[in-house]
Amino acid sequence: MIEVKNLCKRFGRLEVLRGINCYVAPREVVVIIGPSGSGKSTFLRCLNFLERPTSGEVIIDGVSLTDPKTDLNKVRQEVGMVFQRFNLFPHKTALENIILAPMKVRGLSRKQAEEIAYSLLAKVGLSDKAHAYPDQLSGGQQQRVAIARALAMRPKVMLFDEPTSALDPEMVGEVLAVMKDLAKEGMTMVVVTHEMGFAREVGDRVLFMDEGRILEEGPPGEVFGNPQNERLRAFLSRVLKV
Amino acid sequence: METVIHSLPVLLLGAVKTLQITTISVFIGCILGLAAGLARLSQRRILRFLATCYVDFIRGTPLLVQVVIVYFGIPQVLREIQSYLVNAYGITPFFKNIPVFLAAVIACSLNSGAYVAEIFRAGIQSIDKGQMEAARSLGMTHGQAMRYVILPQAFKRVIPPLGNEFIALLKDTSVLSVIGFEELFRRGQLIVGATYQAFQIYLTVAFIYLVMVIAFSRLVDYLERRLKTGD
Ligand SMILES: Nc1ncnc2c1ncn2[C@@H]1O[C@H](COP(=O)(O)OP(=O)(O)O)[C@@H](O)[C@H]1O
Ligand SMILES: [Mg+2]
Repeated sequence: MIEVKNLCKRFGRLEVLRGINCYVAPREVVVIIGPSGSGKSTFLRCLNFLERPTSGEVIIDGVSLTDPKTDLNKVRQEVGMVFQRFNLFPHKTALENIILAPMKVRGLSRKQAEEIAYSLLAKVGLSDKAHAYPDQLSGGQQQRVAIARALAMRPKVMLFDEPTSALDPEMVGEVLAVMKDLAKEGMTMVVVTHEMGFAREVGDRVLFMDEGRILEEGPPGEVFGNPQNERLRAFLSRVLKV
Repeated sequence: METVIHSLPVLLLGAVKTLQITTISVFIGCILGLAAGLARLSQRRILRFLATCYVDFIRGTPLLVQVVIVYFGIPQVLREIQSYLVNAYGITPFFKNIPVFLAAVIACSLNSGAYVAEIFRAGIQSIDKGQMEAARSLGMTHGQAMRYVILPQAFKRVIPPLGNEFIALLKDTSVLSVIGFEELFRRGQLIVGATYQAFQIYLTVAFIYLVMVIAFSRLVDYLERRLKTGD
């Protein structure tokens, strides 16, 4: 579903990604962990070309994003993204947030789009908040709307960039629950998170990133239970202690 | 005092002209300004360059100079081109001057457009970068993201500074007196020329400007408060 070949990204002289190779199979849930500043967000943003890689290749569902003939807007329709800070459109209600892209990008009628939106709102447990504006919603609710907004495009892949990091602790669970449901339904997901419990329970594979490289990868049981890399051990002892 | 009362109708008609030219110019300025503001943020270097030239030239020169260039300078060039065409191709001359009102609209609109461009640019840039990213991640084009996500939010934020631009131009239109456009100040000048009552008349002129500015400031404050609650 996603293939990444020798991906490099530089900001000026700062090398953020130094040759990343990975493959995400359909229906697979890949969890990325690593210290802050290691390039996790940049990597995720390269997967839908919100950030243009300096070199290397990204192939999504057989389409190479580096190919100048590729219509990036088309590819992005198939790749949903959920941000740390939600990024809901504040001038639109939850419902309007969700139907905007299906109507303007996919060309659905308002009726069709609303039908999808209501079923997604029900799925994330927010049927009663359809007409609320983002600033009338809690962080957890906003993030669930953001997930519904991404899902409304019927993407083949979902990218999550620390979806629970900006939330008060009591709201983390409700967002993770929605993500677990998605995983169960077979959505292909790439999730950057510090929620080790989620990684262990839902992840098919864990990647450990540090200084722009993938230093270790494997099933959660192995990565957490028997870490090989020195830095990974140090990282795990830091996060698991808290 | 009697002179003041007698001149009041004439001055008030001048004030109407002042309001008229300001409204028209800020309106056209908004269209020019939106275009120039978007051009300054464009991916295309040439558009950015042209818009920057325009904005810098207007903001770097006095309105007075811009007005005389439009009213005296440009027609001279047009007349010279015309006389060349008359000699070369024997066309009949038709152009003599730009009407004062038209010159005033052109100069003030061009002026306003540059300031409005900066207002729009700042308004657009003040929108969180995550908004554009969220829109693009949903597959929207840059244009769609601007139209449905960025601009509606930016419009709210630019209303107060646009109000200030209106007020600034309202006062600055007094320079149109140099081309004989009979707005408020020019009418005051003419009355003073006839009555020699400089103090009373100019004070009255000042007072009328003040009333217009205060009224408009209140309106802007009101809109600003309403928009804040509805944010
Ligand atoms: N747009 C940018 N311009 C310059 N440097 C950036 C930019 N985005 C990220 N960086 C830098 O890249 C490095 C990795 O950032 P990021 O991918 O956000 O890491 P992580 O998500 O793992 O915390 C950081 O040092 C950050 O400062
Ligand atoms: Mg990050």
